[in-house]
Amino acid sequence: MRIAVIGANALGVLIALGLIIKSWPILTSKPLTQLLFSSEWFPLKGKFGFYPFIIGTIEVTAIAMAIAIPICLFSAIYLSEYAPKHVRAIIRPVIDILAGIPSVIFGLWGVIVVVPFVRWLGERLGVHTTGYSLLSGGIILSIMVFPIIISVSMEVMRTVPIEARETCLSLGTTKWETVKWVVLRNAMRGIIAAIVLGFARAFGETIAVLMVVGNVAKVPNSIFEPAYPLASLIANNYGEMMSIPMYDSALMLAALILFMVVAGFNVGAHYTLWRLRRRGLG
Amino acid sequence: MAAEKEGLRLILRRFEEKIAKVLMLASIVLVLASLAGIIAVIAIRGVSALSISLLIQIPKGGFYLGKEGGIANAIVGSLYLSLGALFLSILFGLPIAFGLQREFTKRRLGHITRLTLDVLWGMPSIVYGAFGFIIMLYLGLRASLLGGIITLTLLMLPIMIRALEEVVRMVPVELKEVSYSLGATKLETTLRVVFKQVFPGIITASMLAFGRGIGDAASILFTAGYTDNIPRSLLEPAASLPLAVFFQIGTPIPEVQQRAYASALVLLFIVLLASIASEILKRRASRYTLR
Repeated sequence: MRIAVIGANALGVLIALGLIIKSWPILTSKPLTQLLFSSEWFPLKGKFGFYPFIIGTIEVTAIAMAIAIPICLFSAIYLSEYAPKHVRAIIRPVIDILAGIPSVIFGLWGVIVVVPFVRWLGERLGVHTTGYSLLSGGIILSIMVFPIIISVSMEVMRTVPIEARETCLSLGTTKWETVKWVVLRNAMRGIIAAIVLGFARAFGETIAVLMVVGNVAKVPNSIFEPAYPLASLIANNYGEMMSIPMYDSALMLAALILFMVVAGFNVGAHYTLWRLRRRGLG
Repeated sequence: MAAEKEGLRLILRRFEEKIAKVLMLASIVLVLASLAGIIAVIAIRGVSALSISLLIQIPKGGFYLGKEGGIANAIVGSLYLSLGALFLSILFGLPIAFGLQREFTKRRLGHITRLTLDVLWGMPSIVYGAFGFIIMLYLGLRASLLGGIITLTLLMLPIMIRALEEVVRMVPVELKEVSYSLGATKLETTLRVVFKQVFPGIITASMLAFGRGIGDAASILFTAGYTDNIPRSLLEPAASLPLAVFFQIGTPIPEVQQRAYASALVLLFIVLLASIASEILKRRASRYTLR
């Protein structure tokens, strides 16, 4: 059984190795700076500049986090500090259910609801947009990361000792002041870890974003313009990748970038959470 | 003067508390409303598209362009894919979850493994798709039911093991010690005592992993392929519900789009059923387990 346990770790290493080996041809034939910072994406001419895709991924994720962070933190504070026990008992499983909804369902909902909404919003603001845009992708992603940020930051807030709250309250503060000065300050590392987990989840999300983000390989100028994240690039082009030289290697490099970014953030966040739990707070 | 100032400050502090409360309630309502909104929209569109004949027919004239036929290929394909992967992930997951007990694995390796599994759990499914594709190239496989099952197994394994391991860790040490004191070996204790204790947990973990697996599109996009037919062997491509939604919503033909809505509703129904069942089982089954 120890072999089985070691095998579980080997899986992580194998995925990394496989992706590195497959993206090796393009990494050795082109300078890394050109791959990462060039905007020229012409696979037929052998030009692979990932810049628009990297920017697209970062921007759509940033929009999602800007929407999700305040909503999630207020929700988590409510559930952890204010909600009566029975309300919490009802809402927790509901949030778990939201976490289990497949991404293609979010994508379909986005096509039906969010894209027309963004088109309407754009018209109101005098911007011409099809609705398939960075903003639509960001809105969908923000809903997809609600469950993970809420449940992890709530768990961390619950580990702040009740005595710390009581000490503060006995000094005559309001409940909200106690939350601000005691709960949030003590739980800050864990909350950051929760946000990082949400970020990593959003960063690699594929199908839901792909369905609403427009997929135009160019650096977007506004949130109403389409973008083309890395994950969508892989999903959209797997069909042709074996017929154009270096194309498969380029797409595997995109997967490798996703792997490394997500693994890096996840290791940091889970390590922080693990240390918090071990400190006896959890 | 000073008292007046103090009074004003108090009013402001109470006001801040009020605002914070309003924001909190608004946030939680927004979260719940978005979930309700998603389910409602998918249900309304899906129900009007759904019919018995849609559920039992395969598409006629191609899934992308043909106006006739149904989504039976996707329903059966999805069940084949996720049940196959579920079987494999239980098969590989159980020994790993049992192996993570203190008797078999040193603390340090245990911590590293849990961290690895948590990181793998958070890995985007498109990365599994790319990796699955590499494995298939290596094995000389084309997009097929087998390729999809292998890739989905990789995706479901971390979820499965972590969920199982949580239950295995709950088994009281005293119970195991009693078994050891009767002369049972580590393996005997695991199979006879621990296994019995975690059996309800296996079902809960399976539901969780199954729900994730059946809904995932990005991992099977290049590994399982898509087809109008129901696969007759492991080496034939298999259709699936998430990809049925993804491909069929992209067509300009309204009849085909209806099939996408219907597929989405069927998929959502299966996933919700799995997660609600696991929630209920978790509560009911834990009554019969020693704690």
